Amino acid sequence: MISLEAIKNAVQSWLQLHIGGTLALVAESILLGILVITLFAVLGLLLVFMERKVSAVMQIRLGPNRVGPKGWLQTSADTLKLMLKEGLTPDGADRFLFNLAPFMIMIAAMLIMAPIAFAKNFQIWDINIGVLYISSVASISVIAILMAGWSSNNKYSLLGAMRSGAQIISYELSAGVAVITMIILTGSLSVNDIIASQENGWWIFKGHIPAIIAFIIFMIAVTAETNRAPFDLAEAESELTAGFHTEYSGMKFALFFLAEYINIFIVCAVAAILFLGGWMPLHIGNWQAFNHVMDYIPSSIWFFGKTFLLIGLIMWFRWTFPRLRIDQLLNLEWKYLLPISLLNMLLMTIVAILKWYL
Amino acid sequence: MHEVVGTTPEGDFIINVGPQHPATHGVLHLVITLEGETIKNIEPHLGYIHRSIEKMCESLTYRQFIYVTSRMDYLSAHINNHACALCVEKGLQVEVPLRAQYIRVIMDELTRIASHELWWGAMAMDVGAFTPFFYAFRERETINEIMEETCGARLTMNYMVPGGVMADLHPQFQQKVKNFIALYKKKIDEYNELVTGNIIFQNRMKGVGYLSAEDAISYGCSGPVARASSVACDVRKRYPYDVYGLVQFEEVLETGGDAFARYWVRIQEMQQSVRIIEQLIDNIPEGEFQAKTKAVLKLPKGEFYQRVETARGELGVYIVSEGGTTPYRIKFRSPGFSNLSALNQMAKGGKIGDLVATMGTLDLVIPDIDR
Amino acid sequence: MTNEALKIALINWNTALVFEEGGEWLNVLVPADQWKPLAKALRTLPEFNCNYLFCLTCVDWKTHLTMVYHLTSLQWQHNLVIKSVLNRDNPEIETVSDIWKAADFLEREVYELFGVNFINHPDLRRLILTDDFNGWPLRKDFEDSVNMIRL
Repeated sequence: MISLEAIKNAVQSWLQLHIGGTLALVAESILLGILVITLFAVLGLLLVFMERKVSAVMQIRLGPNRVGPKGWLQTSADTLKLMLKEGLTPDGADRFLFNLAPFMIMIAAMLIMAPIAFAKNFQIWDINIGVLYISSVASISVIAILMAGWSSNNKYSLLGAMRSGAQIISYELSAGVAVITMIILTGSLSVNDIIASQENGWWIFKGHIPAIIAFIIFMIAVTAETNRAPFDLAEAESELTAGFHTEYSGMKFALFFLAEYINIFIVCAVAAILFLGGWMPLHIGNWQAFNHVMDYIPSSIWFFGKTFLLIGLIMWFRWTFPRLRIDQLLNLEWKYLLPISLLNMLLMTIVAILKWYL
Repeated sequence: MHEVVGTTPEGDFIINVGPQHPATHGVLHLVITLEGETIKNIEPHLGYIHRSIEKMCESLTYRQFIYVTSRMDYLSAHINNHACALCVEKGLQVEVPLRAQYIRVIMDELTRIASHELWWGAMAMDVGAFTPFFYAFRERETINEIMEETCGARLTMNYMVPGGVMADLHPQFQQKVKNFIALYKKKIDEYNELVTGNIIFQNRMKGVGYLSAEDAISYGCSGPVARASSVACDVRKRYPYDVYGLVQFEEVLETGGDAFARYWVRIQEMQQSVRIIEQLIDNIPEGEFQAKTKAVLKLPKGEFYQRVETARGELGVYIVSEGGTTPYRIKFRSPGFSNLSALNQMAKGGKIGDLVATMGTLDLVIPDIDR
Repeated sequence: MTNEALKIALINWNTALVFEEGGEWLNVLVPADQWKPLAKALRTLPEFNCNYLFCLTCVDWKTHLTMVYHLTSLQWQHNLVIKSVLNRDNPEIETVSDIWKAADFLEREVYELFGVNFINHPDLRRLILTDDFNGWPLRKDFEDSVNMIRL
């Protein structure tokens, strides 16, 4: 059976054999960079297409269906158009920061890719503080958004950036506490350990009520963190036209757009790792036969399947709910989500101490 | 007037909403003074789509000027035409055949439903929900098809003429309207499920954009905006025209005065419109669809005022005649203009999100404000 | 109140008022300088209680301008039309925007389309036209060679 792990090992040994030593490491790094960028492009195209189709289903219409078979090439055509467009920089803008911001948000998104396990033994960097690394790097994106909003010299952008800053920083707390809640169970920050601990059942099933609460809080918080409706106050096109990226055009706009979808992918991947076992197949206790059948499905399919399921959930939110107001948004976080998640963490500690989860 | 200034002399932030802005639904320009995100003052600038219809009408004959009025409040084109036709008929003292009166009222109510449909979708979009827009347009499309078959146009109908309506009904009109009504009754429940009951939506709407009954009267608000502040001002009830006196319907009144009350008034109004159509559609009498009038209409010297209830409120047509074939002076009292003047009162002290929700429930149609 | 009762009540308030009858509603002609006290009385006296100003406009009669105010009482359901003749060269009338807030915008509209100056109006600026616009578009002698349609 061809798995991502096998391909990785084959490439690695081929490089070691033919180039060897340090050069092989350099070659691998370059290869990795290309792979990540390709993944970005493919994910961007795929997710935008998925969003448009999901919204079309929700809104009783067909969605893109002209370019390519069933509209599959629509997003590629859009990207081509965006690439050919002029990337304007407004007159009063701070040119350096204005042009830096889209790359910054992209780089932040790219960095998070490192500790994510896409399949069994298929990971860029198995760092022992993987989850901590993800939460800390993810918060860089808020700097990029503030930068974009401030340097555009546009009042709508500034308002959008300020909203975004308040929003992301607040919701990171709940997301972080939800992550910690799960760390209590696993006792390790390494992504691989977290996945390994779910071999006999995913945490959302094993972790009882606290895990479910943590999952719900995490999903709400990351929806807010990625500026998705119903928390899309930073963009809020009926209020602030397009918020922080009002002034961007062409490929610079596309980078923001792409980063939004990459971020969705990443947060859903993290949720899948923490709560749904990452690439771990669905195992039920002692049902050996069932577990064996599940093992035949490649681990990469498990991982992407779970992630896309969660992405679908977030898209469903977007096309159903109205947007919150800024004060209601902050109330929700500080008055409800944060206290609940703190209590939930205590509850989880009790569960962990009494070892109820086994 | 339109100079770009960053801040007021007091140091408050100034932001220009419009003339190109998704929430203004047209070319309306609001200069907003902000303190943080709290609105301190709103100053509307109008006129981006001012065509001076009143001046144009002065050189058009009494048959011609009605067609221009379709372009005022384009969402209630039928009702605008109706108001003008009624005003001319008042001057000519023509008795309109009963069949024409029935057709007119049914068309008015269908227009009202279509207009409220569009409002519902657009308002949901203002508060950030995209999907309702498509649901609303699905039903609106059915009405537009009925309109198209009957009068040949989907938006600017020009169906009402002095003395009656321009052409008789389409043979399948009654059946199609009945089919639509049967379907539509279920759809209103769907709307309530999708939007009205949503907790986020209720939080966004309740207590937002409050307008007291005294202010609503003083600002000359009309239609659902005033009725949500418990001001009974439905022209159909108070000064019935055509067959509105014969049908049973309720004047929807709410006491909240906030955005949610305005929303709820309109949803209930759609149900009342359905009720009116149901009473009339089976009883359209046989007979002429147009009274005999002269080819060239001449109104006697004098002044004529006719008001009707459009989807947005009270539309008044004031004709000053010198006895010629064209009006000497014509004035349209548009509901949107007065409703807009209360916007500052309503949105002051709220957030930008509140302003958008308030404007959504005011149901502004900019050509109606600018004329 | 019916038109007749309204007329009697108005005469009781001020015997100098001139009435114009024959229309649907009672028309009252009032000199420009007496309009403000009349407006106050119409709004405050309980027998009139004209709380709803639903139409405010102006008519250019080539020799003079006539302000037309349409009032209604939501309590008593009576309608009343007040007219006031203004000098065409220097039209001036007291504002009623402090009595009916609706008059604020309506007066601004009349100001820029007819050139009527509303004394004591809190914010008499152009609402529709640009600041550099010349002329009063709804007056009968207004000519615009570019945009006007002559039939």
